[in-house]
Amino acid sequence: MFAWTIYISFAGVAVLMLLPRDQGGRARWVALGTALAGAIAAFGGAFQYQAGSGLQTIARTSWIPSLGIDYHLAVDGISVTLILLTAVAAVAGILFSWNITGRAKEFFAFYMALIGGVYGVFLSFDAFVLFVFYEIAIIPKYFLIAIWGSTRKEYGAMKLALYSFAGSALVLIGLIGTFVVARSQTGVPTFDLTALAQVDYPESFQRWALPLVFVGFGILAGLWPFHTWAPTGHVAAPTGASMLLAGVVMKLGAYGCLRVAMTLFPAGLRHWQTEIAVLAVVGIVAGAMTALVQKDFKFVIGYSSVSHMGFVLLGLATLNEVGLSGAVLQMFSHGVIAGLLFAVVGRMVYDRTHTRQLDELEGMRLARAMPFAAVTFVLAGMASMGLPGFSGFVAELQVLIGSWRAFPTAGLAAGVGIVLGVAYLLRALQRAFFADSAGDARGEPAGEAIEPISLPERAGAILLLGATLAIGLYPRLLLDFIAPSVTSLIQGLERGGGS
Amino acid sequence: MMNPFGSITLLTLIPLVGGLVVAALPAGQKTLARRLGLGVSLLALAVAGALWSGFDRDSTALQYVERRAWVPTLAVEYFVGVDGMGLLMVMLAALLVPLALLVSWRIEERVPLYFALVLWLEAGLFGAFTALNFFHWFLFWELSLIPAFFLVRLWGGPDRGSAATQFFIYTMAGSVGLLLAFLALFLATGKFDFLELADLGRTHQTAALLHAHLGWSGMSADALAQAVFFGAFLGFAVKVPVLPFHTWLPSTYAAAPTGTTMLLTGALSKMGVYGFLRILLPIFPDQMRAWETPLLGLAVLTIVCSAAAAFAQRDVKRMLAYSSVNHLGYCLLGMFAALRVTGEEARWAVEKAAALNGVLLQMFNHGLTAAMLFGFVALIERRAGGLRGLDDFGGLRKPAPVLAGLMGVAAFGSLGLPGLNGFVGEFLIFKGTFALAPWVAALSTAGLLITAVFLLTFLERVFHGPLPARWAAFPDLSRAEIWMVAPATALMFVLGIYPQLVIGVIHRTVLLWVERLGPC
Repeated sequence: MFAWTIYISFAGVAVLMLLPRDQGGRARWVALGTALAGAIAAFGGAFQYQAGSGLQTIARTSWIPSLGIDYHLAVDGISVTLILLTAVAAVAGILFSWNITGRAKEFFAFYMALIGGVYGVFLSFDAFVLFVFYEIAIIPKYFLIAIWGSTRKEYGAMKLALYSFAGSALVLIGLIGTFVVARSQTGVPTFDLTALAQVDYPESFQRWALPLVFVGFGILAGLWPFHTWAPTGHVAAPTGASMLLAGVVMKLGAYGCLRVAMTLFPAGLRHWQTEIAVLAVVGIVAGAMTALVQKDFKFVIGYSSVSHMGFVLLGLATLNEVGLSGAVLQMFSHGVIAGLLFAVVGRMVYDRTHTRQLDELEGMRLARAMPFAAVTFVLAGMASMGLPGFSGFVAELQVLIGSWRAFPTAGLAAGVGIVLGVAYLLRALQRAFFADSAGDARGEPAGEAIEPISLPERAGAILLLGATLAIGLYPRLLLDFIAPSVTSLIQGLERGGGS
Repeated sequence: MMNPFGSITLLTLIPLVGGLVVAALPAGQKTLARRLGLGVSLLALAVAGALWSGFDRDSTALQYVERRAWVPTLAVEYFVGVDGMGLLMVMLAALLVPLALLVSWRIEERVPLYFALVLWLEAGLFGAFTALNFFHWFLFWELSLIPAFFLVRLWGGPDRGSAATQFFIYTMAGSVGLLLAFLALFLATGKFDFLELADLGRTHQTAALLHAHLGWSGMSADALAQAVFFGAFLGFAVKVPVLPFHTWLPSTYAAAPTGTTMLLTGALSKMGVYGFLRILLPIFPDQMRAWETPLLGLAVLTIVCSAAAAFAQRDVKRMLAYSSVNHLGYCLLGMFAALRVTGEEARWAVEKAAALNGVLLQMFNHGLTAAMLFGFVALIERRAGGLRGLDDFGGLRKPAPVLAGLMGVAAFGSLGLPGLNGFVGEFLIFKGTFALAPWVAALSTAGLLITAVFLLTFLERVFHGPLPARWAAFPDLSRAEIWMVAPATALMFVLGIYPQLVIGVIHRTVLLWVERLGPC
């Protein structure tokens, strides 16, 4: 069932390419249909998946036997969570891209290719296949931003692509090194992640391989100080693409750190654990502080993504069950919430007012002009602040518990980050939607020509809000998937020697 | 209604769902929104009344308990129930919300939203006063902030933007301290359940468990437990507030629309005191005892300084805001005094019970009285076009004798005149405290004196003296307004004369606390 998510997405790309030119209307329906079919496959697969049953292989055929490369797709609870996230984010992103008219079929073709690549990464259990899908996901991002973006789009797209490729290069070096070392140890060439995870790598090797692979993937997860592509890229991207970028692409990086770097090099991870935690905490606090002083509404959200991804990385660095399951849940949670925030800022506000400067938005009294957008942003902001009842709370709570055990000081610093998060969201919320401008006395809102929020936008917002509320109020929906897989992952890590 | 299953859930759901319905009304339906909002709050009051009358006064057990698994991996349960204190606070919130809605009747902007936010605030209060699992309780504790923020932000007076932000960020900073403390506790004990955590606290295991499980091995067990205690303390200290964590309060109370201020002081500040009694005192008894003297000092500081600050105010709302801090200081005083280890616990049990009974009575009475006082300020503001300075008025007794009389009753209730409700609580607190910590009690009486001075000054400035010409036609209370304040005023007399009405409900709970605070 799960494998169909990949095939459906790429079939959608093919159909979109074959559409006659200038068929904006048809292209978006095709894209929506494809994304929905993919989502049905994803949810169907999740429904079939027996929580707690460990790794389930979906497909396995030999691809390049001489290098031990198999087309190996498999899922565990962690992948299931992220596939569900991708399904939700893909549908929502299309709903918020409904107003794309210029070269719509290409836009949606790139969009679905990106989605297909993302599904592929989350399903691959062969390092080589994973890497191929990872690269497939990077290329459409560049075009989505460079062609359909706004503010400094070429710069944003190029910066993002260069950072991504630099990261990929590090990962590739690490993987080839791993392959060589593993073959010299076992005599069998393989890229299979489960097989590679069984190999007992020398600690000296792990010590340099882990930073390579972890940083390589971590760049895409917004690891400080390699995060600077994220705000510029998010801001330059069209709304649907920012939603995907923050919602799922950053998760690719974190997932790579978890699935490849951590499981292969547990001893290396223990060696670098503190350094990674420090970078994560600096990311949390610095991201939040930077968000606090932004003048551009979208940059506030862009930096907030860096801050929230810091929680994912901190959770990974704790190396205990609570922290790790918090990290995985935070990936889901941030994907949904960041998507929603970008949807409000990019689609609802910017596409209508054509400005993102908080100074200019202050005069527009948007809460009156767009009550739906204001309510959505308030709810999304509450979720992002980590208020209980929303998914962010359960996720950050677990990360904090995990860090109390591993690095109490980091827990305290992350607490400061939460307070800063409240501050920047309140600031953006008040200035963008609830400002008491001088124009108050004049009565009617300045932007009387603001078009009402359309049906696809409402549907998308309700979908994402529903997702974050459902997980916030009943986290077992995902924790039942995540917890057993994290437990077995931790058991795997303990095998890796060292102390 | 002996122990109907789901009655507390029902109580919380009524304002929650009612708020949704009211919020969905079109903005033009002002009258309908007001009536519907009031109806929902009265329905909640009726349910609270049913709980009150069905409450078994001779039992120390939690009542109306509901318990269901929620997130088993995190020890999160849906666990609600009330003891005497919880029921008293539920009743207070249920009484104040209809009053606050009536006072806000004349709000004309975004009426459905205003009424819906007040109802959601009520749901948050009900939830926080009945939840017995940290996760579930924290949900309501935080969610009650959001409606309060928007009530201040959207309907407040000048400076509402900065006041609302300051309020929110201060409270959130406190909450993060609280959250981190509870996560540390969870890590050490695997529990979020207040009662189970209290058992560990009573048997002195908390510090050792924290030391064993937290990755902070450099600190001694005691220091670590005190650090965790301090985090939790911060959350409640901001909420009450305890000096010096109070700076958000005067500007917020002054900026908030007065109907909202009634709830902020009447019910929301009680969440802080409630937290002290339900959470800090049972879970961290050893740590609180270790800090006994500084805590008593903070209580005295809160009582005396806030009374002095109230004396210096010219804005009536700010004066009452500081006066609120002062009154809640007595609650802290009684509570901290009851903590004292005297060595002869059996002999002092009566005094401790007196102090704690006083604390609970004071919580209820202050909620009622302070809300009434702010309500009268709202009535004056409405008549004076928003003016509320001490120096703006004079001689109002002549044109508005009923207003002067009823507000005078509330003011005397607030300064603790015997026969009115405020007296009993303060009397019991001082009775207990004088026995347990005489010097502290003696210092705190300064607060009583200053309170008498500034409240009398206020009455004299506003209602007596020469009547400025422009207030010659100051309208007195209308018949509807009299009916609005009459029940609460009557209640102030009833509680002053027959405090047993409240004590009957809380007495068993207090005795249980005294027993648990007993020999250690």
